[in-house]
Amino acid sequence: MSPSWPTIRFTVNGKECAVQAPPMKRLLDVLREDLHLSGTKEGCGEGECGSCSVRMNGELVNSCLVPILQAEGADIQTVEGLASDGKLHPLQQAFLDHGGAQCGICTPGMLMAAAQLIERSPSPSMAEIREGLAGNLCRCTGFMRIFESVIAGATQIAESAAKKVNHAG
Amino acid sequence: MRGNPEAHELIAPGSLAAVLQLLAAAPGEWTPIAGGTELMVAFAAGRLDARKLVNLWGIPDLRFIDTTANSIVLGACTTFRDIRAHAGLAAELPLLAKAASCIGSVANQSRATLGGNLVNGSPAADSSPALLVYDAEIEIVSQRGSRRVPYSEFHTGYKRNVLAPDELLFAIHLPRRFKHHKQYLRKIGTRRAMAISKVALAATALLDGNDVSEIRLAAASLAPFPARLYQAEAALLGQPIARETVKAVRRALLAEAQPIDDIRSTAEYRRCVAANLIEEFLLELSKERALR
Repeated sequence: MSPSWPTIRFTVNGKECAVQAPPMKRLLDVLREDLHLSGTKEGCGEGECGSCSVRMNGELVNSCLVPILQAEGADIQTVEGLASDGKLHPLQQAFLDHGGAQCGICTPGMLMAAAQLIERSPSPSMAEIREGLAGNLCRCTGFMRIFESVIAGATQIAESAAKKVNHAG
Repeated sequence: MRGNPEAHELIAPGSLAAVLQLLAAAPGEWTPIAGGTELMVAFAAGRLDARKLVNLWGIPDLRFIDTTANSIVLGACTTFRDIRAHAGLAAELPLLAKAASCIGSVANQSRATLGGNLVNGSPAADSSPALLVYDAEIEIVSQRGSRRVPYSEFHTGYKRNVLAPDELLFAIHLPRRFKHHKQYLRKIGTRRAMAISKVALAATALLDGNDVSEIRLAAASLAPFPARLYQAEAALLGQPIARETVKAVRRALLAEAQPIDDIRSTAEYRRCVAANLIEEFLLELSKERALR
């Protein structure tokens, strides 16, 4: 690390971070090497496969295509930020229950793309799921189990939300 | 070879004025970078020639969609996600929204910018055919002032354009007079998402009875840069939508197109499919008339 590199500040999974790095270092590498968040994977390194998908300011991005300087002040969510209080996110549980993960390399990106999709469209149609995950490639599952996992996760999230409303009412 | 981040300088002056000052002080030395969906790919592969980059991402002056009485103006750093989410564009200039939805994936659309698509200047650029058939104008800025050029004159050769080394593409102006035009856009790729087009065609037309009274046709991947198909237009203008016209338009297009063989397709396939796409558009027009 050279002392001349700028310090770049941003939040990851709600935690404030400051990293001294070459401005062109990829967000992907900063997450994995500087912050030791190795959940985010590198697949193609050219924005085609979606393995490195994270959310930046509420948008899905390929972290391999983001120079760290552009993350200044950003709010970043990685797969490590999905589970809370030691409990898996409903999408993670659904991937586990429905065979949505095999080798696991694409899974963190799939989960982030699915989380982004469900936030925009809480009960996504099959067409919306196919479009929402179109940039995430899996070479193991054949995709059907992943789509089923997303439907199950979305249903679970909608049901818990409905319960909360009922309790509140 | 992998890209080495330490071999490239990247600075963020933070405002449009500061970027223009930098470009004016050392014309040609700095390469602007916005969403990175093109330059970061080159960087990762170790084939990014630019050593000095200046960041445009996050400059509010460059990311806007303004609607005026006569036009919709999009800042150069408007993302394809911004375009898809804009109700006015969807209602009046749907081909651009459709083109935006054909680009890459959700993660690419959230970063890739309209200005970047044009400056990169790929012959296959997804937004270009729509902009060409909407008579888009490009607003260019520098410290010397601003100027506007028709988008049809922006590209001057393969990956070449009219920008001077101290100039920046600032905005894209789209006239609001196509709401009642017949409109068509179709991109042909290996799959619906993530594909670079083998060929794409856009059209806007007005009919007077059964005759074509106004026509604009444009294509991607048929020439060294996205371009209007003036000969095919000439074969169509003033003609009735009829079998003979379809044949003449196909002939004109086949004479005019100059596609190449490359990793994505062959010249022959591109020619044939482009002619089929024009025919599909004309068939749509004739069906609409038959239904009335």
